[in-house]
Amino acid sequence: MSIEDDTGAVAHVLVVGASASGLTTVEALRRKGYTGRITVLGAEPHAPYDRPPLSKQILSGAWDPDRAALRTEEMLTGLDTEFVYGDPAVGLDTATRTVRTESGRELSADAVVIATGVRPRVLPGQGELTGVHVLRTLDDALALRTDLLAGSRLVVVGEGVLGSEIAATARTLGLDVTLAGPLTGPLALQVGPLVSGLLTELHTERGVRLRLGNGVSGFTSAQGRVSGVELSTGEVLPADVVVVAIGASPATEWLAGSGLELDNGVVCDSRCRAAPGIYAVGDVARWHHEQLGRLIRLENRTNATEQAMAVAGAILGEDRPYEPVPYFWTDQFDAKLQVHGFLPADAEVDVVDGDLTARRFVTRYRSGGRVTGILGWNMPKQARQRRQEIVDAVPSPAPAH
Amino acid sequence: MKVVVDEDKCVAAGQCVAAAMDVFDQRDEDGIVVLLDENPPAELADDVRNAAAVCPALAIRIEE
Repeated sequence: MSIEDDTGAVAHVLVVGASASGLTTVEALRRKGYTGRITVLGAEPHAPYDRPPLSKQILSGAWDPDRAALRTEEMLTGLDTEFVYGDPAVGLDTATRTVRTESGRELSADAVVIATGVRPRVLPGQGELTGVHVLRTLDDALALRTDLLAGSRLVVVGEGVLGSEIAATARTLGLDVTLAGPLTGPLALQVGPLVSGLLTELHTERGVRLRLGNGVSGFTSAQGRVSGVELSTGEVLPADVVVVAIGASPATEWLAGSGLELDNGVVCDSRCRAAPGIYAVGDVARWHHEQLGRLIRLENRTNATEQAMAVAGAILGEDRPYEPVPYFWTDQFDAKLQVHGFLPADAEVDVVDGDLTARRFVTRYRSGGRVTGILGWNMPKQARQRRQEIVDAVPSPAPAH
Repeated sequence: MKVVVDEDKCVAAGQCVAAAMDVFDQRDEDGIVVLLDENPPAELADDVRNAAAVCPALAIRIEE
C-alpha cells in the first residue's frame, strides 16, 4: 500500500488525542523545526498525563495524581500549541481534513494526526452496576482507588498485563484479591508458558488467588452494586470491587464514514499515513511494518513515543518506514519484566543469562530458527544488551521499488 | 547543557543508553539509569535531547 502525499508546505497540524503519542508528535514537530500552527484536541478534561503509572503508583497512592502529568504547564506553553481539552472528535472529512467535535468546533488542517488511543472492552451488564471498574484514564484509576480503599474483596477479570498489575497493586494495598481469566496463567498470551508459570508462582506466593482457565459469564449483584463474578463453571467469586481488564479496542467510532480503512485500528502504510495528509499514531494505529511484511498495532508506551517521532518526521517530508523493535515493561510485586521483540506462543525459549530459581534471568525466544524476542526478569540492562540479536535476526527488507 | 535524571521515575527501559551511550548507562543490578556525564559536550546535545524524548518514564530533564 502506498499513498501519494501532497507536497505543499504544512501550515497547520491538528493532533486528535492529547495523550503520550499526541503530545510527543507536537514536541517532535517543534524539535525538528516546524514553526507553523498546531492544535491538539483532547477528549479528556486533563492536560496530557502518562498511563503506565495508573495501575501502579497512582492506584497504590505512592504518587499524587499530579505526578503522572507528562509535562509542566510551563513546558506545554513553550510548545506554542493550542490545547483544547474535554471536546472529543466526532467526525472527520478526509478530503478537506476537517475534524468536527462534540461541542460543534470544525477544525481544518494540512495534516491531521489521529491519536485517539483505545477504549477498554467491557462485559455485558457491567455498566449498570456500581463497583465494577475499568482502568484506562486517570479518573478511572482514582475511582478504582477510592473503591479499593473502602473495599476488602477485589476480583480482577483479565490475566493480561493490566489485570495482573492491578491484582499485584491491590494485594500490596492489603485487599483480598482474586484474578480470573480464560488462560492458564498471568500474561500467558504475552510471555509464553515458562515465564507465565513463574508469574503464577509469584502471584500465588504473594496471596493472589488465581481462578484461571475459565471464562466469566456475568456478575451477581445486590441493590445495584456488584457482589460477585460468575464463572462459566457456575462458581461465583464474591467481590465488593471488580475490575474488568479484558483488553481494549481502538477508538475509531468517530471515523465511521470517513472513508479511512478501519480494521482493528486505523490502517496505515509504512509511513503511518492513512490517507494524504492523515496519519495515525500510538495505540490506535495499525501500520505496515516493512521488515515484518505485515500490519501491526502496538499498545505500549514506548511505541507511543517512537511512532510519534516517526509521524512528525513524515509530516515534515522525511521518507522512512517506521520499523521498531517492540518493547514493553511490566512491574508486579518485586518483578520487573522487560520484553523486547515478539514472543510467539510456539517459540523455543532458552535462559541465556542469570537463573530462573533466583528470579533474575534473561530468556531468548526463537521461532523459525530466528531470534524474535528477549525477556528480562529483574535484569533490565542485560536484556537490553541482547536486543541487537533481534535486530540482526530480522530478514533484510525487500529491495526498494 | 545540564542533565538531571530521576531515579525514582526510571523504569529501566534503557532507551537513553541506546540514544546516547556516552552520557547514560544502567546499573547492572537493577537497570536504573546512571548518568555518566551531567554536563555533556555540545556535540552530544542532539543525542541527549533524543534520549530525554524517548524515555518512556519522563525521567530525564535537560536544563539548557
